Amino acid sequence: MPMPPDAACLKARAMTGDPVLRLTLPAEPDAVRDALLRLARDLPAMGVRAESLGTVELVLAELLNNIVEHAYSAGPRGEIELELERRRSRLICTIVDRGRPMPGGALPPRRDLPVFADRRDLPEGGFGWFLIHELVEDLSYSRRNGMNVVRVGLSLG
Amino acid sequence: MNLECTTHPFGLLIAVGESRIDAAVAIQFKDRMRDLTGGTAGRILLDLSRVDFVDSSGLGAIVAALKQLDADQKLELAGLTPNVAKVFRLTRMDKVFPIHASVAEAAGPHANAS
Repeated sequence: MPMPPDAACLKARAMTGDPVLRLTLPAEPDAVRDALLRLARDLPAMGVRAESLGTVELVLAELLNNIVEHAYSAGPRGEIELELERRRSRLICTIVDRGRPMPGGALPPRRDLPVFADRRDLPEGGFGWFLIHELVEDLSYSRRNGMNVVRVGLSLG
Repeated sequence: MNLECTTHPFGLLIAVGESRIDAAVAIQFKDRMRDLTGGTAGRILLDLSRVDFVDSSGLGAIVAALKQLDADQKLELAGLTPNVAKVFRLTRMDKVFPIHASVAEAAGPHANAS
C-alpha cells in the first residue's frame, strides 16, 4: 500500500535530515509530564523506535525532574529548554536551565547501588542519577553564562 | 491518584488506575498507600498492569509504601509492563519485592474461592 504523501515526506526527512526537536517548558512536575507525553508522541516520527522510547523517556524524566527539584528549588520558577537531535543511531539531548549550578560544579559521580540489610534501610531516593548513568552512552555538564547545560547521548539501538 | 482497593481471600489487592507513577504524583501515591494499608494485616498485592511509566520518584514512593507497612507484612507486585520491569531490574528492587506476572498468578489457584 503506498504511503500517504505526508508520511512519506516525514519518513524521508527522518532518514536523511537528522531532525531536531526543540521545546521549552516551565520547571514544574506537571509540565515535565506533559513534555514527556509529547515526546513519546513525536519521537517515533524522528526515527526513535518503540524499544528505545522508554529509555529516552526515563532518562529525560530524571534529568528534567532534577532541575525542577534542585536547580530551581529555591527562588522563582524558571524554564527548561530541551533540544533533541537524532544523529544516525544516536539521540543527542541538550537540556538548559538557568537555576542553581550543580553542587561542586560537576555532575554527581557514578555510584554503585547502596547495599541494605533491612527493609527499613531501603533508600527512597537516589535512584535517579544511578538510572541516568546506567542508561546513557555519554553525559556532560557545563555552566555557561549562568546556565546549566547538560548533554546526553543515547543509543537508539 | 486512582487506587482501587479490594479485599480477597489472599489479602488486599490495590490496583493502580493510572498510567504513570512519576514525580508529579509520587507523594500522593505514598499518602494514599498509607491510608489504604494502615491497620491492615497480611499480604498486599499492588497491581501495576495499567502503569506504563515509573520514574525514580515513583519507584521511591513504592519503596516508601513498603517501608510504612508492619515489619511482618509483604508488599507484592503484579503485572509489570516492560518499561516498569526495567526500572525495578536496573535498581535491583526486583530482589526486594516479590514480583508476579499477573494478579491471577499471584492470587493462586484458589483466588476465586470464597
